[in-house]
Amino acid sequence: MTGNLALVWPAIAAAFLASLVEAVEALTIVLAVATVRGWRPAGLGAFAGLVVLALIVLALGPLLGYVPLHLLQLVIGILLLLFGMRWLRKAILRAAGIIPLHDETTAFAAETAELREQARRHEARLDWLAGLASFKAVLLEGLEVVFIVIALSAGRGMLVPASAGALAACLLVVGIGFVVHRPLARVPENTLKFAVGIMLSAFGVFWTGEGLGVDWPGADLAIVGFAALFLAVSGAAVILVRRPRQAALP
Amino acid sequence: MSILANALRELIELFVDDGALALAIVAIVVLAALVAALMPQLTWAAGAILLLGCLGALLLNVVRAGQR
Repeated sequence: MTGNLALVWPAIAAAFLASLVEAVEALTIVLAVATVRGWRPAGLGAFAGLVVLALIVLALGPLLGYVPLHLLQLVIGILLLLFGMRWLRKAILRAAGIIPLHDETTAFAAETAELREQARRHEARLDWLAGLASFKAVLLEGLEVVFIVIALSAGRGMLVPASAGALAACLLVVGIGFVVHRPLARVPENTLKFAVGIMLSAFGVFWTGEGLGVDWPGADLAIVGFAALFLAVSGAAVILVRRPRQAALP
Repeated sequence: MSILANALRELIELFVDDGALALAIVAIVVLAALVAALMPQLTWAAGAILLLGCLGALLLNVVRAGQR
């Protein structure tokens, strides 16, 4: 039970925080589309993205049950390592001032500028192009959420808690988005990415090891230890490569 | 066609941002898999390679990126 709880809460937290980041990024693009071309193409694109996402989940979800557990854990573990360590690397470099922090206000401005440029070139097709931008944002960010939920639940009956965490985050962001009608620039995105990168990397090491037949000391509790080690190494990495903010590369 | 290619590229970019880090992770997993397969009584060694390898690869990659 202790081991199970040790896995449930990190799974919920990782799914919630990761989905929060993805939902904020998707919302920024949908809002940019809505600002330039109105809510119709933005809403239709987002809705189409959600429908395709649901179809992908419905089509591929049941197939997972046919994959042998060790193979599933190994593949998911490797993908989690690639995904989590990619996030962690970027979060470390951002925290150290090597690359600029992700700024939703800048992303919003860039997206609206691009849509306006498209408007200048292809006025007649713009609603379609704007809807496509909204569709792509929801589909790609949504795929990341789906992957994270599947990966965190990988054969351990954690699908419901991880899905609940992801759904709560998406509803929260959509709710706030409806109220404020502008990008959620105050979300500490790099801190969230740092935390999620650590969690996903820890889960990645655990699942990959399980897939290879490694008997981890402490069983599921080992994940907490791995997360602590990733946190320590990441913290050390930030200190080692830290640069003054103004020296950050574009 | 270009829309499909773009979508595929963005899908790959979900997992691979820095090629060197991705390659290092795959190499570490292959090494750990070899150890686990050749010495099934020493699975802890495969686990240690996996964990320490990933931590080391991350640290080295970030330090190199910081020096560029």
